[in-house]
Amino acid sequence: MSDAPTTEQLTAWITRFAELVHEHRDELTALDSAIGDADHGSNMDRGMTAVVAALTEAPPDDPAALLKKTGATLVSKVGGASGPLYGTLFLRMAGAVGEGFAPALRAGFDGVLARGKAEPGDKTMVDALGPACDVLDAGGSVAEAAQAAADGRDATVPLVARKGRASYLGERSAGHADPGATSTAYLLQAAAETLS
Amino acid sequence: MKKLINDPADVVADALRGMAAAHPRLRVDHENRVVFRGDAPVQGKVGLVSGGGAGHEPMHGGFVGPGMLDAACAGEVFTSPVPDQMVAATQGVDGGAGVLHIVKNYTGDVMNFEMAAELVAAESGTEVVTVVVDDDVAVQDSLYTAGRRGVGTTVLLEKIVGAAAEEGRPLAAVADLARRIDDSGRSMGMALTSCTVPAAGKPTFELPEGEMEIGIGIHGEPGRRRVPIAPARDVAAMLVEPILADHTFSDGVICFVNGLGGTPLIELYVVYAEVAAILEKSGIGIARSLVGPYMTSLEMAGCSVTLLQADDELLRLWDAPVDTPGLRWGA
Repeated sequence: MSDAPTTEQLTAWITRFAELVHEHRDELTALDSAIGDADHGSNMDRGMTAVVAALTEAPPDDPAALLKKTGATLVSKVGGASGPLYGTLFLRMAGAVGEGFAPALRAGFDGVLARGKAEPGDKTMVDALGPACDVLDAGGSVAEAAQAAADGRDATVPLVARKGRASYLGERSAGHADPGATSTAYLLQAAAETLS
Repeated sequence: MKKLINDPADVVADALRGMAAAHPRLRVDHENRVVFRGDAPVQGKVGLVSGGGAGHEPMHGGFVGPGMLDAACAGEVFTSPVPDQMVAATQGVDGGAGVLHIVKNYTGDVMNFEMAAELVAAESGTEVVTVVVDDDVAVQDSLYTAGRRGVGTTVLLEKIVGAAAEEGRPLAAVADLARRIDDSGRSMGMALTSCTVPAAGKPTFELPEGEMEIGIGIHGEPGRRRVPIAPARDVAAMLVEPILADHTFSDGVICFVNGLGGTPLIELYVVYAEVAAILEKSGIGIARSLVGPYMTSLEMAGCSVTLLQADDELLRLWDAPVDTPGLRWGA
């Protein structure tokens, strides 16, 4: 999509992401049990439930306000690594959403890189978010970006984690998809279903 | 899941209500989930703030009180607290001499404390210095990874630095001391069983009868390798040898054998005897000891060993009075 997304579209996107996180809560937690500390599903579900409640209670007037509220709610409700990372993603998107979804997602991605200091190939959400941004920047559709995020998630399976709690496992972290890359793939899937 | 809880979603809030009821000299901010010293902020004293996921009790809330922490933030089980909590804690302990954040090196804890320090800097004039504890030799240290976890040294550091702050030392000196302790302490842990995060409802990993995990963390995350179960003397060697290989220790260490929550004290003393024998053989005298469940991982059975190189100053601060629910002597 080349036009800037509307408040309604973004609300639909975030609501759909919350649904997907809730549906896949156990899957995300199981992935995190294998290589982390078994809290990604419950934390993201708790955070996105709070986001949807905050947006329903007082619907923001414009796209930037909506993204800011989403990010601030995640930062103050989630904790762990996902709170600051997903929170920063949405907060940074708020500053660039007037230019369109692709520049906003890129700005959010830059924020995630700065906050988490992870690089591509470290087996983190960066491995799903980066390829999605690349597709959008090259003029691809949101559906194509979602596919790139899903491929990026799958590509984390053989990787050895270098960031986050999975990194403590060393070689034993290989063989499982990264939970953060998996939730990010759902974020893009939700975008493909609501923003295209 | 068999647990003494009401609802998995309420475990942390309910436990904080219990702490407040049991320890009236603490002040618990239930909204922000922060445990404060009852007399905080102490004017002219550096405020010490720590925090982390719940499930490690008595750490950190049980280490709040005179001679140790001024405030501790509790996150969800095994999940870092959020910046708002750390901001409330920092503002509540600022007695005009600045605040030290003691952060265990986990990605989430580091990021949330970092955001909190940014918020405090933007909102007030409180000076904040952060010290990150990373003492777990089970994790290979590298510039390209998240680095070593913060484990047992954290307990010793909070005690010793707490005594230094109580003496009225300035923020820079307190922070330097904290960094020196982190540099001089090393830990290694092992697990006999997994543990069950209440919100997850089932054990974080499966550990069959007859096997144990070596190099375990404190969040139920699996360790570096799984080996057949062995006598305590062999387990002690598996924990102490990597510590001695990683850092040169000389006479006069503080030796801390920590229980992970599900191991009885009798077994911890069996381990302690073996650890002491290995250290004696290596010519490393033990100056002080600590044995017990001080940094737990819910109901996980297992232990960790921490060695901290001490000197006269550290020992004097270690012996200084402390009055908290989790550690209390001389007070």
